Amino acid sequence: MTVRLVLENLKHKPMRSLLSMFLIAVPVTLILCLVGLSQGMLDDSARRARGIGADIMVRPPGTSVLTLSGAPLREKLVAAIQHKPHVALAIGMVAHLVGGISYVTGIDLDQFNRMSGGFKFSEGGPFQGPNDIIVDEYYAQQHKLHAGDQVTNILNHRWRVSGIAEGGKLAHLVVPMRTLQDLTGNTGGVSQIFVKADQPANIPAVVAELKGLLPDHNIYTMEEFTSLYTVENVGGLNTFIHVMVAIGVVIGFAVVLLSMYMAVLQRTREIGILKALGASRWFILKIILAEAIVMGLGGTVVGIGLSFAARALIQALYPASLTQAITPVWWPIAGAISLAGVLLGALYPGLSAAAQDPIEALAYE
Amino acid sequence: MSEPLIEIHGLRKVYRVGKVDVAALRGVDLDVPPGEFLAIVGPSGSGKSTLFHIIGGLTPATGGTVRIGGQDISSLTDAGRTELRKNKVGFVFQKFNLLPNLTAADNIAIARHIAGRGQTPEPEFEELLRLLGIAERLDHKPAALSGGEQQRVAIARAIVNHPAILLADEPTGNLDSENSAAVLDVMRDLNRRLGQTILMITHNPEAAAFAHRTVRMRDGRIVG
Repeated sequence: MTVRLVLENLKHKPMRSLLSMFLIAVPVTLILCLVGLSQGMLDDSARRARGIGADIMVRPPGTSVLTLSGAPLREKLVAAIQHKPHVALAIGMVAHLVGGISYVTGIDLDQFNRMSGGFKFSEGGPFQGPNDIIVDEYYAQQHKLHAGDQVTNILNHRWRVSGIAEGGKLAHLVVPMRTLQDLTGNTGGVSQIFVKADQPANIPAVVAELKGLLPDHNIYTMEEFTSLYTVENVGGLNTFIHVMVAIGVVIGFAVVLLSMYMAVLQRTREIGILKALGASRWFILKIILAEAIVMGLGGTVVGIGLSFAARALIQALYPASLTQAITPVWWPIAGAISLAGVLLGALYPGLSAAAQDPIEALAYE
Repeated sequence: MSEPLIEIHGLRKVYRVGKVDVAALRGVDLDVPPGEFLAIVGPSGSGKSTLFHIIGGLTPATGGTVRIGGQDISSLTDAGRTELRKNKVGFVFQKFNLLPNLTAADNIAIARHIAGRGQTPEPEFEELLRLLGIAERLDHKPAALSGGEQQRVAIARAIVNHPAILLADEPTGNLDSENSAAVLDVMRDLNRRLGQTILMITHNPEAAAFAHRTVRMRDGRIVG
């Protein structure tokens, strides 16, 4: 009976109920998008790193998992590593940050093809000259590029798109390494070195050898490296997520506080009727809280739906810049967060409704 | 003569309005035997509604005693008055006061639910609904019912938990004469058939004529 009363109350003012659910859904979507974007971007980076086909990575001292800057490793180190036992192939790579979180990557295409098996092109093909650029399909879609087009917004240089490659390998933007070294003043230097062992069983031996050779450097197996792509390993990201979650609770709280406060005012007389029938304070509070919980659950479902819509929108508009994962593990968490917000928000209106004087409530017009 | 169901002695009620104390009841004495249909008449501000509110456990008394079935209710806590409303009294209001979002059937069912009696009334209640003439209208929400029908639903709701006392505050105040007569007939029938004790506030002498006895109030006292 309580459930029916709650549902009838929600149905009685459908606009108020739907609007409240939508507003509760906003922070749920915000949280899911944020977590989904964090996870999606990290997964995407890990996938592209795996796509290189290397077994081991050598990175300069002082680099983090997600950041590379400059090209402090000397190229002759690549040759030295190449001559170590059980090393099938060692290649250098230059990464240069171009705006926000996008890198342009410089490679020796022949060497890279030997390690990774080569790019699969949907249009065009490999570099034909030093000023050629290979873009992946996501970047091409986002910037409406085709093979043969000119690109000038990367390092203020005029590039010719030689090919559009299938995504998921190395980077969104790939240029000849020499050109990138010269453009960025890193001639003779590389940002990191990828190493392939002759046999998977020999990977630990190669790692040990490299650690002996380069004690200060960060040397990871690819498995280790991709496992480091987690939210916890990105400085400040967890804190940022916590702040957004707190904002979500506050918005849910404020929306429900306002909505339920208005509902309690509108229903003052009905609360008086229930009290005249012998309803206890707890009964009145229970109805208000139950109504808030239904709106919180409805808002969570709508919020989850909106996170799918947000992902579709991001995929359509920014396929190369942003990748949003759908994170079902966060659905109950986002639901719990919004329920915490709505329960807090419904508490004051609920308690004030429960404490209403029945005679005054019955006289309310 | 049987013991009174309601015994009221020296009942006083003072309201605080802003910084001014207003005496609504100034020493009311009244005994009501079980099964009586009592009309209370008097001008506005004479204290009729306040007397109802105290008997019905909607507000505490300032002084004096009120006993219902031997239980002194003047010293009840808020929770105690809630129990009183749940089990011992049923209200019928001038403005019907049905919950607008629920059907007539649910308005009756929620009274049972609040009293912890389950939602389905006893079989004899079906007979009562026919007596009230609302058995066919139970699936409608109040907005789809006439004033007379709404008031009869309100009566059904008030007695569904078999209260000792039915308190009716101007039950015909918002009804035309035809519906008023129907509602008063129903109340008299309930009193005769079930022995339901009824206290009814009214301004209408014709309505008061349906009762066994009429008491008059003026300035917070019973004057006759």
